[in-house]
Amino acid sequence: MTTITRTPVLALEGISKRFGAVQALTEVDLEVHAGEVVALVGDNGAGKSTLIKVIAGVGPPDSGEIRWEGSAVTIPSPGAAQSLGIATVYQDLALCDNLDVVGNLFLGRELGHFGVLDEVAMEKRSRDLLHTLSIRIPSVRIPVASLSGGQRQTVAISRSLLGKPKIVMLDEPTAALGVEQTAQVLDLVERLRSQGLGVILISHNMVDVKAVADRVAVLRLGRNNGVFDAKRTTQEEIISAITGATDNAVSRRRARTDQPKDGADD
Amino acid sequence: MTDPTGEDPLAGPTRSGRHAKSGSFDDPVAPAGPAAQAQIDPRLLVREQGLAGYLGEFKRRMRSGELGSLPVVVGLIVIWAVFQSLNSQFLSPQNLSNLSVDIVATGLISVGIVFVLLLGEIDLSAGALSGAAAAVLAVLHVNQGWSPLAAMLAAVAVSTLLGFVHGLFFAKVGVPSFVVTLAGMLAWTGLQLWVLGPNGTVNLPYEGLVASLTSTYFNQVIAAYGLAGVAVAGFLVISLVGNARRRSAGIPTRTTGDVILRTAVLAVVAFGAAYVLNQYKGLPLALLIFLVVVVVADFVQRRTRYGRKVFAVGGNIEAARRAGISVATVRISVFMISGAMAAVGGVFAASRIASASQATGQSNVLMMAIAAAVIGGTSLFGGRGTAYSALLGMLVIQSIASGMALQGVSNSIQFMVTGAVLLAAVVIDSVSRRSQKAAGRA
Ligand SMILES: Nc1ncnc2c1ncn2[C@@H]1O[C@H](COP(=O)(O)OP(=O)(O)OP(=O)(O)O)[C@@H](O)[C@H]1O
Ligand SMILES: [Mg+2]
Repeated sequence: MTTITRTPVLALEGISKRFGAVQALTEVDLEVHAGEVVALVGDNGAGKSTLIKVIAGVGPPDSGEIRWEGSAVTIPSPGAAQSLGIATVYQDLALCDNLDVVGNLFLGRELGHFGVLDEVAMEKRSRDLLHTLSIRIPSVRIPVASLSGGQRQTVAISRSLLGKPKIVMLDEPTAALGVEQTAQVLDLVERLRSQGLGVILISHNMVDVKAVADRVAVLRLGRNNGVFDAKRTTQEEIISAITGATDNAVSRRRARTDQPKDGADD
Repeated sequence: MTDPTGEDPLAGPTRSGRHAKSGSFDDPVAPAGPAAQAQIDPRLLVREQGLAGYLGEFKRRMRSGELGSLPVVVGLIVIWAVFQSLNSQFLSPQNLSNLSVDIVATGLISVGIVFVLLLGEIDLSAGALSGAAAAVLAVLHVNQGWSPLAAMLAAVAVSTLLGFVHGLFFAKVGVPSFVVTLAGMLAWTGLQLWVLGPNGTVNLPYEGLVASLTSTYFNQVIAAYGLAGVAVAGFLVISLVGNARRRSAGIPTRTTGDVILRTAVLAVVAFGAAYVLNQYKGLPLALLIFLVVVVVADFVQRRTRYGRKVFAVGGNIEAARRAGISVATVRISVFMISGAMAAVGGVFAASRIASASQATGQSNVLMMAIAAAVIGGTSLFGGRGTAYSALLGMLVIQSIASGMALQGVSNSIQFMVTGAVLLAAVVIDSVSRRSQKAAGRA
């Protein structure tokens, strides 16, 4: 299912970030390959959003190295992140309720000539994009206000894809969604992966994480606390890494042998 | 992907496959429901379904509160019917022709107000700016001997600059627009009095360019009919070309029946108006200018990048900012537009009575301009509205004023009735906004 290329698209090494007295990130490493979903998990305040902001160019790190397709880069601004090919969907989706789906998808980068909009071209590209992603929306011409939460989330994600990114970061995309709509969004995440994009998914929901992630990177108190293969790790193991019940590989192994009934997955 | 529909996200094999072990998601009924729905989504097919589709769409809009201009059109018809039944002079060509010129000055101010309302802001200085601009025009032209054209341009430039000042304080300093423009209202009223000097009134030449703006009628029968013909033909051509482009791009088009219906409605209104105007003095220049301004403003709002930015800022500032839109630039430019349109309105107000006085742009002009935009269907909450609401709203307000004047009703009652109509419009706006919210995230 997953093709992991040799060089990761994005690699973070030894990222540290401090806010006044708070050391939000300490020596954090993270790798994302093309065609891979990496779940970023951790308790509240673990530093997930801070890490996302580092990658998105919103809050550059104090120290550490970012490598993009093998070469070292700095990401000083959101624009720099976008031009590298990093798209971010923040938790508050920031859609304009009064504009239709096409208007939202193309907001800030409308197609047209001499300032006059080319609605036909935009509508066609919107339909094509939504079609490629198998997103179902009643009409691309209805205001976003009349879409469901899941549909809004898919519009926000599609919007981030118009710039043809290589990495998409989703900050808690399913937090406010019901069962069915969560499934819609997770399906979309899988489609992004199958189109060769790298996805970083922040979620507090272990079921979602287990469902779509290939690897799970755990942050605890601003430090790496293990990277797990989602297929071969139980939910309990991930949770204990999050809460700090397991702080290293040895205790992690002990935890696994202590719970033989979950060993079926291995 | 083996999904037979190939489209339904819930029926995807990966999802059910992954949960097959636990069995929780493997509900056999689940894929059938959405898949069947997926075949025909009623909203998706509105345009292709023709008349039936539009009826369905209309009902949906009514329920979800997207009323647009419907209440005002209905209201206008009711108002006209009532006043005509009270006084048969009301719908006479002379009265309607005068009405069409009387709406122009305040209507032009209202076009600027629509831009401000689209941002979800308010401009309380528009009346004062129109008065100040009229004063600048009259003094430069009459007292200083400037050519009328140069004086008009100077008046508009001054008012645009003052609008820029409002925008600067609002967008850069962060003073609420309500307060900035309230201060502006006082200050620019003072400017108006100061420019006019001790006499307080400057008369404009009756035969001059300024006065001719509102006194010129194209009395050749062909003028009004020609304009109607150009408008209808233009609308038809644009619709057909648009449809052809959409068809070749493979996206849904309007049905031919729909295009014909819309063109027919426009033709009836346009030729009907032309017929009535030709019964009196012909096509008024002022009305022509007003209509052109409204059409251009509508084009800017709905069809240009700039207009899209205005709507975006009015809809969700944070979203606009993240999309790379310079919110401050949009805000400042909108207040400049409002200032410019206020000045143009002031020029027409001065033209109508061939003088600029301390009363120009004062009293209820500002309230009428704002009321017209809101009555016409532009939301006070930002992000929803159209330039046409300035035209429709002014027609409503001026019809009430004209009808009451014909009945000999005093000003006091006129104010109360117009106030009630404005309240009704705001109630409709608020209620439709509420039901939109309810329908929105259900
Ligand atoms: N701008 C800031 N100024 C000061 N401290 C900050 C700032 N942003 C984050 N922090 C601190 O950094 C730490 C990590 O915060 P972060 O938002 O990254 O956590 P998180 O993992 O996203 O948590 P959650 O799951 O609640 O979203 C917290 O202790 C937080 O208080
Ligand atoms: Mg967070």
